[in-house]
Amino acid sequence: MKQIQLRQVSKSFGDVEVIPPLDLEIEDGEFVVFVGPSGCGKSTLLRLIAGLEDVTSGQVLIDGADATAIPPARRGLAMVFQSYALYPHMSVRRNIAFPLRMAGLDRAEQERRVDEAAKVLNLTEYLDRRPGQLSGGQRQRVAIGRAIVREPTAFLFDEPLSNLDAALRVGMRLEISELHKRLSTTMIYVTHDQVEAMTMADKIVVLQHGVIEQVGSPMELYRAPRNTFVAGFIGSPRMNLLEGAEAARHKAHTIGIRPEHIAISTRKGDWQGVVGVSEHLGSDTFFHINCPDFAAPLTVRADGELDLSYGSTVFLTPDLLHLHRFDDNGLRLT
Amino acid sequence: MATQHSQSVARMMMAPAVILLLGWMLVPLTMTLFFSFKKYLPLRGGDLGWVGFENYVRFVSSSSFWPAVATTLIIVGGVLAITVLLGIALALLLDQPMWGQGVVRILVIAPFFVMPTVSGLVWKNMFMDPVNGFFAHLWRFFGAEPIQWLSQASMPSLVMIVSWQWLPFATLILLTAIQSLDTEQLEAAEMDGARPLGRFWFIILPHLARAITVVILIQTIFLLSIFAEIFVTTAGAFGTKTLTYLIFQRVLESQNVGLGSAGGVYAIILANIVAVFLLRVVGKNLDA
Amino acid sequence: MARATTIRQKTITTIIAWTVAMVIVFPILWIVVLSFKSEGDAISTPMKVLTSAWTFESYAVVQDRSDYFKHFFNSVIVAVGSTLLGILVAVPAAWSMAFVPSQRTRGILMWMLSTKMLPAVGVLYPIYLLFIELGLLDSRTGLVIVLMLINLPIIVWMLYTYFREIPAEILEAARMDGAGMRAELLYVLTPMAIPGIASTMLLNIILAWNEAFWTLNLTAARAAPLTAFIASYSSPEGLFYAKLSAASVMAIAPILVMGWFSQKQLVRGLTFGAVK
Repeated sequence: MKQIQLRQVSKSFGDVEVIPPLDLEIEDGEFVVFVGPSGCGKSTLLRLIAGLEDVTSGQVLIDGADATAIPPARRGLAMVFQSYALYPHMSVRRNIAFPLRMAGLDRAEQERRVDEAAKVLNLTEYLDRRPGQLSGGQRQRVAIGRAIVREPTAFLFDEPLSNLDAALRVGMRLEISELHKRLSTTMIYVTHDQVEAMTMADKIVVLQHGVIEQVGSPMELYRAPRNTFVAGFIGSPRMNLLEGAEAARHKAHTIGIRPEHIAISTRKGDWQGVVGVSEHLGSDTFFHINCPDFAAPLTVRADGELDLSYGSTVFLTPDLLHLHRFDDNGLRLT
Repeated sequence: MATQHSQSVARMMMAPAVILLLGWMLVPLTMTLFFSFKKYLPLRGGDLGWVGFENYVRFVSSSSFWPAVATTLIIVGGVLAITVLLGIALALLLDQPMWGQGVVRILVIAPFFVMPTVSGLVWKNMFMDPVNGFFAHLWRFFGAEPIQWLSQASMPSLVMIVSWQWLPFATLILLTAIQSLDTEQLEAAEMDGARPLGRFWFIILPHLARAITVVILIQTIFLLSIFAEIFVTTAGAFGTKTLTYLIFQRVLESQNVGLGSAGGVYAIILANIVAVFLLRVVGKNLDA
Repeated sequence: MARATTIRQKTITTIIAWTVAMVIVFPILWIVVLSFKSEGDAISTPMKVLTSAWTFESYAVVQDRSDYFKHFFNSVIVAVGSTLLGILVAVPAAWSMAFVPSQRTRGILMWMLSTKMLPAVGVLYPIYLLFIELGLLDSRTGLVIVLMLINLPIIVWMLYTYFREIPAEILEAARMDGAGMRAELLYVLTPMAIPGIASTMLLNIILAWNEAFWTLNLTAARAAPLTAFIASYSSPEGLFYAKLSAASVMAIAPILVMGWFSQKQLVRGLTFGAVK
């Protein structure tokens, strides 16, 4: 069983504790995404698993064996870096073959595995080029190629798509998901983009200030965020979080309602408001509605064809089945 | 785990360089300090005992001291003024679009690679010689009396020779700095209505400030210790004796080591004052 | 700016720039011309110089009369030797400062730089004395050591700035790929560092070749490199324009070529990375 376990793992840089002791289990074949705002410790956590940082306390277990003191090279993990970290002086072929060369595989086997990986990643015609001659997307694929040839226990991705432009990002997202389905190897993926987390993960780990806020499948997190932080972080556009009288009416300190769970009407509804900016995406339209009862404008999703002019009066009705309630510590009330 | 180990490996790898430089600095420095408090004439009796601060007093009160200070200041100041001003102008010029930019750049930089003794001698003989020099021919061609460059106009001549050597350095560094200027800044200034002069004054010059400081400081260090150019042209005659040259004469020519060493200590103090400023600028860059 | 300049503007700039460049480089061009003339022609008026016959005789005479190539090889040995020795000492130092920095790294770098600013004349006599005691006066070994020491701070600094540009992620990638310390050094770091080391060497050879304080003061006939040899022309021999020119051209030509190749590194090296 290829399992990765973190037991009471913590990390401090000098006096600063960036990750208080935490526990986490990653099952074999799972696609796990660490997500959180920048500085939340998600990359550090990944590097602790990789062995590129020493843990301050606790244990990292790989396949049930204590790997805490094992150097990164012998943990059997492969990593794809944010900057791709390709070796600029080596051809694509030699870049991909490097881990095999380090492992002391014979030439024929190296060749075979590199060719195979190149075919999977559509890199065959670029094998003799240098990384400097490739586009961002191609470099990304080389980095992935270098990771897959080793047939590792698990893949670690450190924000691999953040240097690509939007269109390429969507394409690579699909390719990585596809790769996971085909290889069914454990993947641990770090990102600050909740869309990547939602679309790719089997399991999402939401982090803030080095603390795990919630672990669960994308839909679990969407349906039942454990606290206001997760509620606000998962889902796009953000969930509307309301406090005050309206929340008190629902016996909560804060209530949350997603833009897609509010009905909009020009005639009647629970809340009255004035249309602010509207964002037309074609398939959907997002309206920002200013309600006198609430401090911040509400975001509401409506049909793409709906057109409401700036400043007109509308009525909103929340879908109470999808209303989230939180206490004064921000924790979910059931 | 690995860090403790790698730290000690790092220390060992650094050791040779550190020890060598430490020796290179401390041993001669200690000796200079030691000699500076002695009456020490290797050719006339050798070590004649401790004299306290007498050498320091004598060095400063000798008749050649203040002229040497003046000469040093004129050379450093003159060369700095010429190279920085012309350097900015040249850098701006070379930054413009033109044909053969690469070649022009190479030609302008060339003098920097000429060894000091060669440039000193070439200027002295082939250009400034009052009989056969290029300038003498040129002056005569226009019916003028040739100038006795290195005797009658020794300081301007020397400043000119040294400026010729250092102008490429200033130009190259300032050009590099200009080229690192974000063109969007200039375009923004243009959109904001700044004319070329305004763009130079408010955008380019402030951007160059740091490079200019670096040029001034580094050149000052090198110019303070200029030697070969004087050695092969005037050998310190005609009022071209700088502090460096004066110390050299005291030490090696008249073999008054005590006196020369006291002068050396002054030179070290002077250079250190400049060095503190330079290190501050360079150090700032280290953090970036 | 990405805008078309008018042809007229460009023409004017070109003319001005070329004129300025020619004025600046003229002394060098002029000695090249003089070096191919006979002694008699070389001291006549510029017009006559240009129209007189060309000859190689000066180059031959310089070698015959003064054993020119001995000094040339002294220069080569001193410049290359001090550079190689310096690189040998500096690479490990710069490497450890760049990749295993400690709180003291910055201080050590600054201190090294400060030794470069020590005025040579201030320590002239002690070095002179030590050289006599150690029998190093007028020896190439002595010069190699001194030039290595005076340029060591520059070498360390340049290498340090180059090494620091190698991204840490690449080294981490190598570690993840299973490379040990030795493999990391051999297959990843060294190939990436070679361009930086090469340009550092190039600049340092130039600096050592042209060094003219220690070479003048610590050598005589035997170990004198070209700087000191040419200086001997300051006496009456300087009146032989053609020969002085030929000797000068040969002394500066190799370094001029190297210098043109290392323009960019020059800026970085001589400003200690403060201007790039």
